[in-house]
Amino acid sequence: MEKENSVTKAPLEGIEKEKTEALIEETLELYTEKARKKREPHMTANDPGVEGCTVKSNRKTVPGVMSARGCAYAGAKGVVWGPIRDMVHISHGPVGCGYYSWGTRRNLVEGTMGVDVFSGMQFTSDFQEKDIVYGGDKKLETICNEVRELFPLAKGISVLSECPVGLIGDDINAVAKKASEELQIPVVPCNCEGFRGVSQSLGHHISNDTIRDYIIGTREFAEPATDYDIALIGDYNIGGDAWASKKILEEMGLNVKAIWTGDGQIEHIAATHQVKLNLIHCYRSMNYMAKVMEEKYGIPWMEFNFFGPTKIASSLRAIAARFDQKIQDNAEKIIAEYQPRMQAVIDEYRPRLEGKRVMLFVGGLRPRHTIGAYEDLGMEIIAAGYEFAHNDDYERTYEEMAKGTLVFDDASEIELEKWAEAYRPDLVASGVKEKYVFQKAGIPFRQMHSWDYSGPYHAYDGFPIFARDMDMAINSPTWGLVKAPF
Amino acid sequence: MAKKLRQLAIYGKGGIGKSTTTQNTVAGLASLGKKIMIVGCDPKADSTRLILHAKAQETVMDKVRELGTVEDLELEDVLREGYAGVKCVESGGPEPGVGCAGRGVITAINFLEEEGAYTPDLDFVFYDVLGDVVCGGFAMPIRENKAQEIYIVVSGEMMAMYAANNICKGIVKYAASGSVRLGGLICNSRNTDKEAELIEALAAKLGTQMIHFVPRDNQVQRAELRRMTVIEYSPEHKQAEEYRELARKIDENKMLVVPNPLTMDELEGLLMEFGIIEEEDEEIIGKAETA
Repeated sequence: MEKENSVTKAPLEGIEKEKTEALIEETLELYTEKARKKREPHMTANDPGVEGCTVKSNRKTVPGVMSARGCAYAGAKGVVWGPIRDMVHISHGPVGCGYYSWGTRRNLVEGTMGVDVFSGMQFTSDFQEKDIVYGGDKKLETICNEVRELFPLAKGISVLSECPVGLIGDDINAVAKKASEELQIPVVPCNCEGFRGVSQSLGHHISNDTIRDYIIGTREFAEPATDYDIALIGDYNIGGDAWASKKILEEMGLNVKAIWTGDGQIEHIAATHQVKLNLIHCYRSMNYMAKVMEEKYGIPWMEFNFFGPTKIASSLRAIAARFDQKIQDNAEKIIAEYQPRMQAVIDEYRPRLEGKRVMLFVGGLRPRHTIGAYEDLGMEIIAAGYEFAHNDDYERTYEEMAKGTLVFDDASEIELEKWAEAYRPDLVASGVKEKYVFQKAGIPFRQMHSWDYSGPYHAYDGFPIFARDMDMAINSPTWGLVKAPF
Repeated sequence: MAKKLRQLAIYGKGGIGKSTTTQNTVAGLASLGKKIMIVGCDPKADSTRLILHAKAQETVMDKVRELGTVEDLELEDVLREGYAGVKCVESGGPEPGVGCAGRGVITAINFLEEEGAYTPDLDFVFYDVLGDVVCGGFAMPIRENKAQEIYIVVSGEMMAMYAANNICKGIVKYAASGSVRLGGLICNSRNTDKEAELIEALAAKLGTQMIHFVPRDNQVQRAELRRMTVIEYSPEHKQAEEYRELARKIDENKMLVVPNPLTMDELEGLLMEFGIIEEEDEEIIGKAETA
């Protein structure tokens, strides 16, 4: 995507690089020397383009520091594979991993659960002692056969390894190969044992690789190809996000042939090599496949951002620029059509949200992608950090943030609390593990992983809900009524 | 007066004769009137066949697999009595290449503890452990509150001595956190040159003793063909007396030490001293014959 805001962000009142550096110093003083040394490179006072003002990322969490991170299995099950609706996803190992990741991401789907949709169900090989000692491969084979028998409309099976599988060396690849041949559906082995890597990010990568190795290119779309065929990559349909995004892309005249993987269908994903352009929303979790499809099939890809009307409009124009005049005209038409409605939303909420300050700490995309939506409402991002982002994510972040703001990586509770205390933000937007810490401190909070049971937040349908939710959190009378007993 | 239960683990290089030595020694102790339980900690499950006259005992893990969970298992399902009332249990485990045999050992020993297999009438529990301690599971018998005495079966062959030295490293690790000690080296003779002297010297360097030198005798194989110990098959044979002698020495053994494992250089020095290996010639390292 073209960088539409290569102009430096306007400075924020009271936010200065020196002050932030002093805060970082104070924060690091909370640590022992050894921990300090490790944590120091993971936070900086933002100064885009200035050497040294970068954040180290994708490193092992410091032991003894509470981390918001997940594991490789979480990345595979919860993010990439889990939302594919017409497959059965088997959590291979003891029951807990599957159970506690069951339905937590609110990836909405169409269809009838248990008939043609299975993503809302939990399948596990429920390892017992005997499965550890003798191996769980036979059990896995039985489960695959039972899945085929019980759910004849299941279009495939993913086998997601939990930790013990990697330790005992269950050959899930051999089982998957055999089952795939016998059952005549794709059975995909995914070696995403939780102990691998430093965060869920590796689980995304491993899952992308398995899609590359087992899925992509194995199907063709039923309908004849057109010049307007695209795929929506990295939208997990949380609270209906992908539907909102798909809607305006289709109104623009594009054919959304596949969604990866929100409300996903395996046969569409498998035929994605036939599209003309890949649009990638969550770059962190799916850039791998976008790059693979570019190299292998010559499909161009572009990043876009559907949070808030400013970013939506610039993204729509950038997407349209890849197509003909008709699509470009449609884009302008859509922007013109929706803009007044978005303005009405802004007119309603902005007066109550203007100047409110936000501290963001989310996964690998939203700390940069939601900034525009907050800014549309007159809000200011004073600090933003990622749980499991990589360098390329931070490079995309610095310019979205004002000079002197705090940029951080894999923050610990003590750091977050210190910063909340120093900044007294009007809103902390982060995950469920952080939620109650801040609410107990009397700071309004929104859960930005699964939208706190709300959503969609994407596209024109999402923005009014986003605005309402932020207003609801910040301006709730609750905060005036509660009094801390200490 | 309540008897003090002694728990012993037998380690050593694969194929060195641990199971044969263990069962013959146990039979020797039993013939002296001692109450003993053998816990086989090897998925091959061949630690009790000479005592039970059985091909292979049904194992704890086999039964667990059959019943579904370890909670449904009863002690009498897996505990058998053999020669002279010796109690026998095999942990069992998977075929090579699948699953986790180490976990099988852990599961089995936990089961025995929970089900009260360690009855007060026992004088000895012997753990016969898989040759190579490849993971934590096979160290289970020497962890806290399990075996306090280790005996290492060794011979004058180089690799057997390497293995013995490595096992000593494991003992040092667990000795720090628990009460496990080395009781001695059992030399199961392979008729190598100056074998007894060599093992005596190794024992001295490790800070322990060669508790007994068991000579090589085909009577052992003749007994094994009948799935019997020498003690039971031919109690009057001189080899039976060797095992009874070993049993007596173990029964009376007071020399329990934390060993000093040798460095690689020290071990090789010892082997050179006894002519087992040649002085290292840098010139010949990595050179093929035809080069």
